Amino acid sequence: MQNIKILAIESSCDETAAAVVVDGREVLSNVISSQIDIHTLYGGVVPEIASRKHIENINPVIEKALSDANLTLDDIDAIGVTYGPGLVGALLVGVAEAKAISFAKDIPLIGVHHIEGHICANYIDNKELEPPFICLVVSGGHTHLVVVKDYGEYEILGKTRDDAAGEAFDKVARAIGLGYPGGPKIDKVSVEGNPEAYTFPRAKITDSVYDFSFSGLKSAVLNQINGAQMKGEEINVADIAASFQKAVVDSLVTRAMTALEETGFKKFAIAGGVASNTAVRKAFTEECAKKNIEFYCPSKILCTDNAAMIGAAAYYEYEKGVRSDYHLNAIPNLKLGER
Amino acid sequence: MKILAIDSSSMVASVAITDDDITVAEYTINSKKTHSQTLLPMIEDMFTKSEIDKNEIDYIAVSGGPGSFTGLRIGCATAKGLGLAWNKPLVKVPTMDAIAFGLYGCDGIVCSMMDARREQVYAGIYKFENNKMKTLMEQKPIGVRELVLALNQYGEKVYFAGDGMNSYGDIIKEYITTDFVFPPAHMNRNRAAALAALAQEYIAEGKTVSAAEMKPEYLRVSQAERERNEKLNN
Repeated sequence: MQNIKILAIESSCDETAAAVVVDGREVLSNVISSQIDIHTLYGGVVPEIASRKHIENINPVIEKALSDANLTLDDIDAIGVTYGPGLVGALLVGVAEAKAISFAKDIPLIGVHHIEGHICANYIDNKELEPPFICLVVSGGHTHLVVVKDYGEYEILGKTRDDAAGEAFDKVARAIGLGYPGGPKIDKVSVEGNPEAYTFPRAKITDSVYDFSFSGLKSAVLNQINGAQMKGEEINVADIAASFQKAVVDSLVTRAMTALEETGFKKFAIAGGVASNTAVRKAFTEECAKKNIEFYCPSKILCTDNAAMIGAAAYYEYEKGVRSDYHLNAIPNLKLGER
Repeated sequence: MKILAIDSSSMVASVAITDDDITVAEYTINSKKTHSQTLLPMIEDMFTKSEIDKNEIDYIAVSGGPGSFTGLRIGCATAKGLGLAWNKPLVKVPTMDAIAFGLYGCDGIVCSMMDARREQVYAGIYKFENNKMKTLMEQKPIGVRELVLALNQYGEKVYFAGDGMNSYGDIIKEYITTDFVFPPAHMNRNRAAALAALAQEYIAEGKTVSAAEMKPEYLRVSQAERERNEKLNN
C-alpha cells in the first residue's frame, strides 16, 4: 500500500461531486450535491441549468470532501477529474476548477473517463476484484459491454445503437406518468406489477450479438399505451412498468451471458445508474450463480454519478504515470480507452 | 498588493498580474481557440515568464458577467479553484464596467457593448468625472437601436468598446446623432489589466467575495427557464 490520496471531481451531468480516495479503493469522503429537484421541474436534465448549479455548488462540495476526509490540499497527491463523456458545459466547470487547483498547489492532474469511473466503482466495494473481467455499464447516457483487460485497458464488445437503457427508463416513466427520474420510479412501481402482463420486444441486432437497442422497446411500450387510450381502456401502470423492465433486464442478461460464455471470463461486474435497479441486480445475481460466475456490483450510492469512482479510476492512471497538462479540455463524446 | 485578473467572458481570453499600479504581465488572445484549453496555460505562462511567485497573489479578480455563459463559467471556475487553493478572496467585476475602464479618462461618454446576438447586446454607459468612472446606465441586455437612441439623449461624444461595436457598427452609424469614436485596437476589447485596475477600487471599498460564493451574473435566464416561465404565465 502506497497511501496515494486522490481528490476527485465529477460534474459531467447533474451531480456536483467530490471525493477523497486512497490507493483507488478506500473512500475517505464522498460528497454528492444532487440537482435532481430542479431538473424534475423540466422532466429531465437541462444542460444550462446544470452548468449554472455546478458553478454554485463546486467549491463547497470540494471543501466538504476535504474536511470529511480530515485533510487539506497539502495532503493530496493528485487530482482526478472527469473530462468526458457528458454535457460539455457541465464538464467544463469541473475541468476548469480542477486545473486551477492543480496549478495553484502544484498537484498532478489526471483527466478521467466517466465510464471508466463507473467501472472502477466496483474496486471500491469489492476489494478482491481485479482485472480481467467483463463489465456491463448501464446508465442514463451509456450502455456498454466491456472487457476490462487490465487497469485502464478496455475492449468494448457492444454498446447501444440508439437509446441508453436508462434513457428508455426515463422515457417510459414519463409516458406512464411516473415522471423524472424514471429508473428509481419504475423500479419501485414494478414490484407491484406482473412482468408477464405484456410482451414487449427484445431487439436483436443482426450483425452483432453484443450491441443493444432500446428505442424499439420504448416505441412498443408507447404504442401499447396509446392503443389502450384510443380504446378507452385503463392501463395498469405497474404491469407496464414491470413488463418493460423485464424486457430491458432480459436484453442486458442475454448479451452479458453470451459474452461470458464466448470469452470464458469467470468474473462479471455491473456499473452505472441502472446497476442500482433491483431487478437488474437480482437477475444477474441469479444468472451468474447458475453459471458459476463471480458477480460484482457497487453499492447503490456508487452506481449513481459520484466522484469516489473517479478517484478510483484516477489512482490506476496515476500508477501508470498518466498525467494531464493544463490544455485538458472537456470532451463531450469521449470514447472509452481514448486519451 | 498583487492581483491576478481573468476575463474569458467573450471571444477574448485575457489574463493579467498587477502589483499596485504596475501591470507586471498581461496576456490576451483573441482567436477562435477555446478558453477551456488556453486560459490556464496562459496563466501558467505569465507566472513563469514574469517570475512572480504565485503564492504572493492577494486577490483574484474575475469578469463577473455578463458574457458568453460558458466563457464566464470557465473564468469563474478557474478563479474559484485558485481562490480555494490559495485561500484568497475574489473580486467580481462587472464585465461591461471593466471594458469601459480601459478607456479611462476620455472625454464624452463610454459605451461598452458585447454582442448577445439577434441585434441584442449587453451594454453599459459610463462617464469619467474627477478621475472616477461614473455609471450612467448599469450594464444590461438591450436592443442595439434602443441603446443608440439612449446614447443620443446624452448629447455627448460616445467612445465605443467591446465586440458589439463591430457586430453592429452599421446600426450604430445609422442611428447615432452625436460624435462617436471606435477606438483603436489596444483599447476596444476586454483587457485583464483594466479589470485588475478597476478591481483595486472594489478592494479599497471592501467589495470582495469568497471563492465559494462567487458565481457569474448572466443577466439572462436559460432558455428552458424562459420557456417554462412563459408557460406558467399563460
